[in-house]
Amino acid sequence: MTLDTSPGRGTMLINLGPSHPSMHGTVRIMAELDGERVVSSEVEIGYLHRGFEKTCEHRTWFNLLPYTDRLNYVSPLINNTGYALAMEKLLGIEAPERAQYIRVLMGELSRVSDHMTCLAAMAMECGAFTVFLYMMKAREYIWDVIEFTTGARMTTSYIRIGGVRADLHPDYRAALAKAILETRRVLKDVHGLLDKNSIFLGRTRGTGVMAADEAVAYGWTGPCLRSTGVLYDIRKARPYLVYDRMDFDVPLGEHGDNFDRYMVRMREIDQSLRIVEQAATALPPRGPVVSADAPAVEPAEAIRASRRRRVEAPIRLSPNLEGSEKEVAGGIRASDPRCALPFKEDVYTTMEGLISHFLFFMDGHGIRPPVGEVYSSVEGGNGELGFYIVSDGTDKPYRLHLRAPCFHLVAALERLIRGRFVADIIPTFGSLNMIGGELDR
Amino acid sequence: MGPQELIGEIEARFPGETGDASFDREDVALTVRPGSLVAVAGFLMGPPHSYRMLLDLTCVDLRASTGVFEMVYHLNSLERPSRVRLKVRLGAEGAAVDSLTGLWKNADWLEREVFDMFGVVFNGHPNLKRILMYEGFEGFPLRKDYPLRRRQPPAEKGRGA
Amino acid sequence: MSGDFLATKLDSALGWARKFSLFHYPFITACCGMEYMSTACAHFDLDRFGAGLTRFSPRQADLLMVVGTISMKLAPVLRTVYDQMAEPKWVLAFGTCTVSGGIYDNYAVVQGIDTIIPVDVYIPGCPPRPETVLDGLIKLQDGIRQGKQEWRWGRKS
Repeated sequence: MTLDTSPGRGTMLINLGPSHPSMHGTVRIMAELDGERVVSSEVEIGYLHRGFEKTCEHRTWFNLLPYTDRLNYVSPLINNTGYALAMEKLLGIEAPERAQYIRVLMGELSRVSDHMTCLAAMAMECGAFTVFLYMMKAREYIWDVIEFTTGARMTTSYIRIGGVRADLHPDYRAALAKAILETRRVLKDVHGLLDKNSIFLGRTRGTGVMAADEAVAYGWTGPCLRSTGVLYDIRKARPYLVYDRMDFDVPLGEHGDNFDRYMVRMREIDQSLRIVEQAATALPPRGPVVSADAPAVEPAEAIRASRRRRVEAPIRLSPNLEGSEKEVAGGIRASDPRCALPFKEDVYTTMEGLISHFLFFMDGHGIRPPVGEVYSSVEGGNGELGFYIVSDGTDKPYRLHLRAPCFHLVAALERLIRGRFVADIIPTFGSLNMIGGELDR
Repeated sequence: MGPQELIGEIEARFPGETGDASFDREDVALTVRPGSLVAVAGFLMGPPHSYRMLLDLTCVDLRASTGVFEMVYHLNSLERPSRVRLKVRLGAEGAAVDSLTGLWKNADWLEREVFDMFGVVFNGHPNLKRILMYEGFEGFPLRKDYPLRRRQPPAEKGRGA
Repeated sequence: MSGDFLATKLDSALGWARKFSLFHYPFITACCGMEYMSTACAHFDLDRFGAGLTRFSPRQADLLMVVGTISMKLAPVLRTVYDQMAEPKWVLAFGTCTVSGGIYDNYAVVQGIDTIIPVDVYIPGCPPRPETVLDGLIKLQDGIRQGKQEWRWGRKS
């Protein structure tokens, strides 16, 4: 859609952004207005283009993981998982079962955090500031759970190719129960505040309407597509990890307007909490917990002793490596030598372990997937998050392309706001959940 | 319809225009000549195959090894878990291919991004201009011969920069 | 002598008032925005430092918080927003992308906003924890309190 700014048309050009109060991200919407009606508009993106794809061509397969966190930065664990699954497809390996359950648990917590951030910002922009504060409060509890296990609140870099970085924190259940309880409380409050609120309904019912076949023509996926009534969820259509063992529903909308997108997301948070509870219950048992009182040797001593004979005693690892003890790590990381970091105990005491360790980290060697290409996708917070990876057999990707779900959502924004009022731009843009890191890569 | 029958049908309908067909479970991949891209895509989009969604289109710079830009299109079926990967090889000089904006609406922005990053021209595109980089940027960043760190600060930086 | 004493006392009072009534303009672009949201909300409240109210226009703000990566495309906009602010104004660089370009050293990212605008406080972290942000804010407030206060009506230019 190109703007017509010739004088004499009687319209006014108004510019929203790229720095604007909306919490979503930086985008410029240039709208041509006739009074309050948007006659046509042009959406300009690229203000957060950070060269992700080009940068990844210069990083090793292992090192580019932190860059994937910063794509859809409100649900970083899902991005990590998407990349790890694509690499595992390329390498032809599978993560152990416990790791898969952990990935599902963490991924769904991330999805809850994503939807809550989206709805909180959308509600705040419509004037419901209380909803924003409530949802941010619940999000803190979820981030506490994530922080206990991964060490970081947001940009976690927790998922590894072949498994996860470390096992769940031993006391995670208490924090998880608290987070689920608080989130359910907040959901109940927000339903009470917004579902029948005439102001919210007035701003979101009937605005930003998208028909189902047009949504498909735009390549919409995720909650926005489901709000138009099309049932397409990758977790059901092409189940990955252990989603086929989980019992959950996929909420659908009817009209495809902003209110439906809000409602679909609210119900999806509920379903994600169900999945989290099921995953936490069905988690296969972890390896034996290495007791702090067991007679353990210091690494330096173990290295000295290993020169004479194989060391059998457990080694006291640094607290940073908690959860990576040999007994535990075997259950959460695939042991394929092409991509697995050898256990620290083996690195200290055996020659093979030391060599594997160096080959893994050495500049120029690292992970060596076979020559080929792969496209693999997961259900991200916004829809189908796909990684298209071309490998030429070296330690760095030849081409890594992200199929960003919100790129297609925002491509339809010009069509959604045409003919509507200026005030409708705000909830429409908010309900699409545009995340700059994913849109502009 | 299984993947092998689909490949057979495409090859029967477009003889000599496709090649390198392969499949992995329900997903199909094949190479298409640039001239018949729109026809093959349209054939796959309509019933009964109904690959109604254009998932993604991107480009790979293979000029160093095979001297081509390779366009990669992913089509998706919503009813059954099946995808099609179409690949089109374009010569390095004056790389151009027909636009798919007539078939899918998201092809508009996707093709603008490929133009911005690789310099591939799309014939028939309504609004082919840069989308991610700013106006005045010279060069195409994702090409292999563009150095990672070549920065071109935009000329206008406000007063007293 | 007494003029100097009065001026210092006035400076102190003005500094105290200014530091506890910062209206910030959050120039949010990327992931740090999520930690900004956490810092501003109930758990790690910014409001108890007097800096809670957000002014969504640079003309009404005195603290420019640059939150998140600044790309080359956005750099002129940042400069314009900074120029639109009235004195006295301070700039807070939130996150390593604003401090030095962060993990993105490539064709598209500005390597530190201090190449474009002067910065008062640098808050590193990717993203910084809310406690780090509050620490940086307190340092900025100390700087405001102790610094020489600009009050143009008393000075000969």
